[in-house]
Amino acid sequence: MKNDKILLDHGSGGKISHHLTMDMMLPVFDNPILAQLNDGAIFELNGLRLAFSTDSYTVDPIFFPGGNIGDLAINGTVNDIAMCGGNPQYLSVGLIIEEGFAVAELERIITEMGAAADRAGVTVVTGDTKVVPRGAVDKIFINTSGIGVIEKKINVASHRAAVGDRIILSGSMADHGITVLTQREGLSFDSALTSDSAPLNHMVRDMFAAGDGIHVLRDPTRGGVGTALNEIAEKSRVGLKIYENAIPVKNQVTAACELLGFDPLYLANEGKLLAFVAAEQAETVLQAVKADPYGKDAAIIGEVVAEHPGRVIMQTRIGGSRIVDMLAGEQLPRIC
Amino acid sequence: MALKFMDEYRDSKIAESLIHKISATSKQPVRLMEVCGTHTVSIFRSGIRSVLPPTISLLSGPGCPVCVTDQREIDAFIELARMDNVILTTFGDLMRVPGSTSSLQKQRADGKDVRVVYSTMDALQIARKNPDKRVVFLGVGFETTTPTIAAAIVSAARLQVTNFSVISAHKLVPPALETLMKLKDVQLDGFLLPGHVSVIIGTNAYQPFFDHYQTPCVVAGFEPTDILQAIVMLVEQIEGGRPRLENAYPRAVTPDGNMAALKIIDEVFEPADASWRGIGVITNSGLKIRQTYAAHDAQRLFDIQVPEPQIPQGCACGEILTAQKIPPDCKLYATVCTPTNPVGPCMVSTEGTCAAYYKYHV
Repeated sequence: MKNDKILLDHGSGGKISHHLTMDMMLPVFDNPILAQLNDGAIFELNGLRLAFSTDSYTVDPIFFPGGNIGDLAINGTVNDIAMCGGNPQYLSVGLIIEEGFAVAELERIITEMGAAADRAGVTVVTGDTKVVPRGAVDKIFINTSGIGVIEKKINVASHRAAVGDRIILSGSMADHGITVLTQREGLSFDSALTSDSAPLNHMVRDMFAAGDGIHVLRDPTRGGVGTALNEIAEKSRVGLKIYENAIPVKNQVTAACELLGFDPLYLANEGKLLAFVAAEQAETVLQAVKADPYGKDAAIIGEVVAEHPGRVIMQTRIGGSRIVDMLAGEQLPRIC
Repeated sequence: MALKFMDEYRDSKIAESLIHKISATSKQPVRLMEVCGTHTVSIFRSGIRSVLPPTISLLSGPGCPVCVTDQREIDAFIELARMDNVILTTFGDLMRVPGSTSSLQKQRADGKDVRVVYSTMDALQIARKNPDKRVVFLGVGFETTTPTIAAAIVSAARLQVTNFSVISAHKLVPPALETLMKLKDVQLDGFLLPGHVSVIIGTNAYQPFFDHYQTPCVVAGFEPTDILQAIVMLVEQIEGGRPRLENAYPRAVTPDGNMAALKIIDEVFEPADASWRGIGVITNSGLKIRQTYAAHDAQRLFDIQVPEPQIPQGCACGEILTAQKIPPDCKLYATVCTPTNPVGPCMVSTEGTCAAYYKYHV
């Protein structure tokens, strides 16, 4: 059955989203900058190397433990620029608001956005507000775009992972994804789950100060660590080997995932990064990550290998091995 | 504290010693079936197949509820979604399963009101909040999920939520085991019996089956060391020539099962013949809603007409569900049929054998 309508799967960040980008967007906007498909665009302008990124934010619920749509929108674009190796500086904010939305809630979101921008050290310099009739959007959607300058010595891209590189994950995975899921209607979870929404630009700055052998940076947002690793393996044409024992996941996250039938490898993170670092610098860079308030639980979770190019293989806790595939569409809770 | 147990059952040292025991004991080639889809996923996710000696073949059985649901039933669900004034509620697994011409996911994209719920009680809640709509829950699953669905029907009757109904496509595990043993192309040396189902029905429920066929049976939990322990017990039974019905999951499963759950199932449902994908009709292997609760039986309330179902050409789901084939034997597998473009339910459901093979098998 071919799809003649857009399904939620098309926005999942998995294979089906990937096909939409590759088959529909790329041929039309055909250009070498876009074709790199990094977290943002990397290009030169008047001798300056710039990172430019945009992202739209829709989240249900809009307020959740550990964050809200406002700080998510700031942190998300800050992180996308940081993942290009850029130092994020200026952001734009576009709001699409549903008629009838409470002014007090809007105020709270804007205040949170201001605080998030301060934390990240970025400035919101332009914006736009639209209001649409009730039902045309769900409460509020936010778009942010941003730019930052990339220093000369920095060169990160998803095709640069090299055999021998170590893979650093900056902390526990799936915190954001599972928190938002368990806040939705019908799932009353009495737990200590909180989103990890956070800016990572300062962490990235300190990582480059610790070592310049950083080849790839990626924030595993939608689609999670599993999808991000697959994209990097594919673009760099290398194999990735990861160790289940080494991947940090909070106990309460594992428990909630077991209950609902979700795999934490595919749940979103909003304040974590993956870094591919030359083996000899891996430990130094890891220490720089750990020194950051958002990187305390960082760990080396795997390495780049010459075998099985394009595929991610996980050594399981019991010493077996299995593929970590790219997610096809959105994860759905199971029957039992 | 409750969380700690999971680490214990995933402990690499315990796993290592169990794997060693299996390798040391296993001499003759054996074919063991894990009946339950959750076992299939756990086996693949923890890489158990890759650590077993070559003498042991694990085969997946008909224990993925979505996979064994008959095509006609899937088509009926989709037809219900198309009806006016209906809110269709379902567990997530069913959303992508291809019917003859559409899927629930596509119906939702077409504007039909199809909602994924985590519990039948949520569906009942939706019915209470939408008194002017007819809210139907798709009752798919084995003995594990049936009690909660029965409880929702009892609550609906008690609270007089007249706009709530269930379409029952429930299935029972023991009759399917019997059918598997009768298939002449299926040679099985032992069964890993489903843990969650057994929590409800108890180990005694398998006694008649075991007495008749004398095939080694071990009830297993779902953590990697639970499964390895059950394999140890099966291999010991086979090598020792002493078939038994054993319980490797005593922390959850008792001989008699959960009496309260069994009582409410019996209160609401009665056994009925059911059609299984790839197997056909098995006598008394399904459950229908009793006359007492007819007011909540979607089968009786709606006039659901579906044309003769179209079974996808070349799809080997049926043979795969009965271990007559493994996914790579199907010519559609990983070529035409992938998780992005599934042809049969075994590639769609998280618990489907083809999906597990595709996603995890090295």
